[in-house]
Amino acid sequence: MDIKGERYRKLSRRAVILGGAQALGLLTLVGRMVHLQIINADQYKLLAEENRVDLRLISPLRGRILDRHGREIANNQLNYRVSVIPEQAGDFKATLAQLSGIIPLPPQKLEAVLRQAARSRRFLPVTVSDNLTWEEFARVNSIAPELPGVQSDAGRSRFYPYPAEFAHLAGYVGQITDKDLEELPDDPLYMLPEFRIGKRGLEHYHDKALRGVPGLRRVEVNALGREVRELTRDDGTPGQDLVTSIDADLQRFTMQRLADQSAAVVVMNVQSGEVVTLASAPGFDPNDFNFGIKTDAWKALLKDERKPLMNKTVQGQYPPGSTFKPIVAMAALEAGLISPQDTVFCPGSMRFGSRTFHCWKRGGHGTVNMVSAQEQSCDVYFYELARRMDVDTIADMANRFGLGHRHGIEIDQERDGLVPTRAWKKTRKRDRKWHDGETLSVSIGQGYMLATPLQLAVMASRIANGGYAVTPTLVKSKAKPGRAADNFPPVGVAPEVLKVAQDGMIAVMEGGHGTAGRARIRDWPRGLAGKTGTSQVRAITAAMRAGGVPKNESRPWQERDNALFIAWGPIDNPAYAIAIIVEHGGGGSAVAAPIARDIMREAFIRDPCGLTGGRPMLAEAALQELHLDGHDHHDHDHDEDGHG
Amino acid sequence: MADARAARNRYRLLISKVMDLHGSMMIVLLCIAGIGFAMLYSVSSGDFGKLAGRQMIVFAIGFTCMVTIALVHVRWWWKLSYAIYGVGLVMLMAVEIIGDIGGGAQRWLDLGFVRLQPSEIMKIGLVMALARYYHGLTLDEVKNLKTLIKPALLIGLPSVLVLRQPDLGTMLLIAAGGATLLFVAGVPRKVFLVGAVVGVLGAVAGFYQLHDYQRDRVFTFLDPDSDPLGTGYHIQQSKIALGSGGVSGKGFMQGTQSHLDFLPEKQTDFIFTALAEEFGFVGGVTLVTLYAVLIGYGFLIALSARNHFARLMAVGVTTTFFLYVFINIAMVMGLIPVVGVPLPLVSFGGSAMMTLLIGMGLLMNVYVHRNVVLSRQGTVPLGRQGTVL
Repeated sequence: MDIKGERYRKLSRRAVILGGAQALGLLTLVGRMVHLQIINADQYKLLAEENRVDLRLISPLRGRILDRHGREIANNQLNYRVSVIPEQAGDFKATLAQLSGIIPLPPQKLEAVLRQAARSRRFLPVTVSDNLTWEEFARVNSIAPELPGVQSDAGRSRFYPYPAEFAHLAGYVGQITDKDLEELPDDPLYMLPEFRIGKRGLEHYHDKALRGVPGLRRVEVNALGREVRELTRDDGTPGQDLVTSIDADLQRFTMQRLADQSAAVVVMNVQSGEVVTLASAPGFDPNDFNFGIKTDAWKALLKDERKPLMNKTVQGQYPPGSTFKPIVAMAALEAGLISPQDTVFCPGSMRFGSRTFHCWKRGGHGTVNMVSAQEQSCDVYFYELARRMDVDTIADMANRFGLGHRHGIEIDQERDGLVPTRAWKKTRKRDRKWHDGETLSVSIGQGYMLATPLQLAVMASRIANGGYAVTPTLVKSKAKPGRAADNFPPVGVAPEVLKVAQDGMIAVMEGGHGTAGRARIRDWPRGLAGKTGTSQVRAITAAMRAGGVPKNESRPWQERDNALFIAWGPIDNPAYAIAIIVEHGGGGSAVAAPIARDIMREAFIRDPCGLTGGRPMLAEAALQELHLDGHDHHDHDHDEDGHG
Repeated sequence: MADARAARNRYRLLISKVMDLHGSMMIVLLCIAGIGFAMLYSVSSGDFGKLAGRQMIVFAIGFTCMVTIALVHVRWWWKLSYAIYGVGLVMLMAVEIIGDIGGGAQRWLDLGFVRLQPSEIMKIGLVMALARYYHGLTLDEVKNLKTLIKPALLIGLPSVLVLRQPDLGTMLLIAAGGATLLFVAGVPRKVFLVGAVVGVLGAVAGFYQLHDYQRDRVFTFLDPDSDPLGTGYHIQQSKIALGSGGVSGKGFMQGTQSHLDFLPEKQTDFIFTALAEEFGFVGGVTLVTLYAVLIGYGFLIALSARNHFARLMAVGVTTTFFLYVFINIAMVMGLIPVVGVPLPLVSFGGSAMMTLLIGMGLLMNVYVHRNVVLSRQGTVPLGRQGTVL
């Protein structure tokens, strides 16, 4: 046979070609290996590491909100949860059905759980129920060993031990929304399902500090994302506790005293500016918001005419009414338009232009001077000052005492209030000219005048502390110890000017004819200096006045007057100031002043800032005597009518 | 007396044949299989019995078959070649029919005691049938295009049947294996040029006949990053595993991509990736070198044989082996689309292991019988037609 024949030679040649081609093929493979494993190795090593390592966040414990003595206003409570791992459960639906026998699982909730389970990986736990009671939790625990895949554990969630009392102050937390994400700088925490963001109040304002820094676990995961082992762990930093200047007991006392009124109370230290009570009533339960408030509960809050969601202390803007009169008096005196001794005769009304401006007292006060006009809250006296004064002169004084602008208090929703000026009126769209009659309205704290309860408390504080521009704070560590004079600039009024405001307010309580004489603290002589205010919500027309102004009580609630009162004390050692408004409560002297008295007495005794000594100054026997004595006083209990 | 002498002669012959078995080739084979066992042990995370142990049993059976096949006289394989091809073809048809009845793609034929993959038999059968066919032709006859009709049918029939299973990878192995055999047999070059053109056109036309998943594979190959979590995911993860292995690898049983399940089919088609991840470039090149040595031996054996049937069969088997190696490794490195071809002697799986060891048996048979002369009619001039040895 042709062993060395044609066929063999052909085959040999072609086998060499084929062998060469195959060698080339194998070399190509080696070349590719060089490319992948040597040239680009670093890049692929990085990718492999990214595959392998998953970063998982550990949510930091949210900082607590504490009162000045360390009592908890907001804390973190154990939240008992039940979850099921579908992979381990086997029949997920059957497991849920068994669970629904021991814990409440409405069909709606059941559906949501099933939907969530369909979306997530089978080896990841699906939360079935949150926020269980201890009994429910215990029941689940007792049955869990028989149900594979059922886990019960305790997470941490926000809790407000005194919900209604601190609702506006603490605010609330809630799940992060798309809108929040748009507005806020990125934080990896947002990815955690249990993360809650501060939505309102201190929770909102101090959110960044309360939040803390998330911990990080580097875990090795497989292709399905299942955790294989933990590589490194950093527990992160818990949020900082916020120590507020609030006295929790005083705040709770205040809220209880306000009962179901629609009202706001601010109590502050006149020397340091520390706000010890910031109460807005009615409250609500901020705990409801943590896991998403139910629609009907939310609607009920929105529909309530007493506006429970509003923090009236900083957000509510009200005509200050007669509480504004000490400012007007100081403005006139400083401008040299009148001396304290100069008298004005009050016949019960004043004619100005074509209009008649009424005093709240129909028969008039007769002859009054600067102090007695404040004592009895005579409107005509202040109309007379206003007639001689420019509105800008009043505004200047008001601004110096903290009205018309924000104070940067460390909480959200703070408003400016409004102190009208000629310049301000020019910025309006219509009716841009200032009418002199409007100055008369401003002089009794009506018209365009608006102030927040916080601003009124600041005003009272600055009068009380000798004219120093104390600013309010809610953070204990921000307040400097010592007198206002040591830490704050003077507002720039002469002592004799300030004195008429102080004397006027003292006379209101102590003068014998004062509008709030009955609201003196009986066991604390010379305890309070104050000023009542009753501001109209609706203008009283001439026609109404002709037909007899209807009594406050006979009007619908929304049309009733706002009752206001500002005070400070003790007179000889000014420590605390208060501002209170009771919306549609009626008269300042009848409604607001007694509440303020009780709160201030409580403040003096509790003495959160250590200024008063904290003990009632009269023994029981002396009190009895004073009590009898009290009947001799001719206390005023009228509705003051402001006039707009 | 005569019987006793004949028996003694047979015994001597057997011993001489056994002594003549290609020792170094067997060592290379054992090395490759050893790498396979180690990798299977690794990817099963140290569970010996799960993959490696089972693979060893299959290898032991296959190795025995290989040696047996090597010792049987080459003339018998010449005789049986068409029959083996025929059996393969019938079984492929059977699979097709059963698949039609059962409603769904099927590659297995369950004979009760063993499950056979007819396409595996066909890989060997086709090489043998073509070798025998061209063994019977002179070079002039080979150059005559009429003689191409039968080989075209021999290649075409099983290709179509396998493609209908559908098993693109095996079909390519069969067709390419057949074509190379035609090439070394001396079929004129222009035929391959025409064939290449027809092949490309056929591929384009065939592309539209492909199943969706096959078509996706082609698209994914063309742009692997387009769909990183879909079909491109596997190739991307495989490249990451390879690349991250670097020069020296992550260490035995330390491959993150394979042990954390990022690697698909890590015990079968993607086992090379697992190797290259754990032993790096060094490990990968070592294995490729071992394959190259084996392939080199294949060509040397082919060229050393004194009969054309044996030469062609040796080239055919060697090329089929090469194609396995090349397609598999090129695929896991993202050089060609994903086709289901295992890595010879390393991937877990009995069928391919048996086929390849049978092929190696035939190659060794050629070596052992390299001096046997076989006429075109299959007669052996020096007698002993009647004995198997």
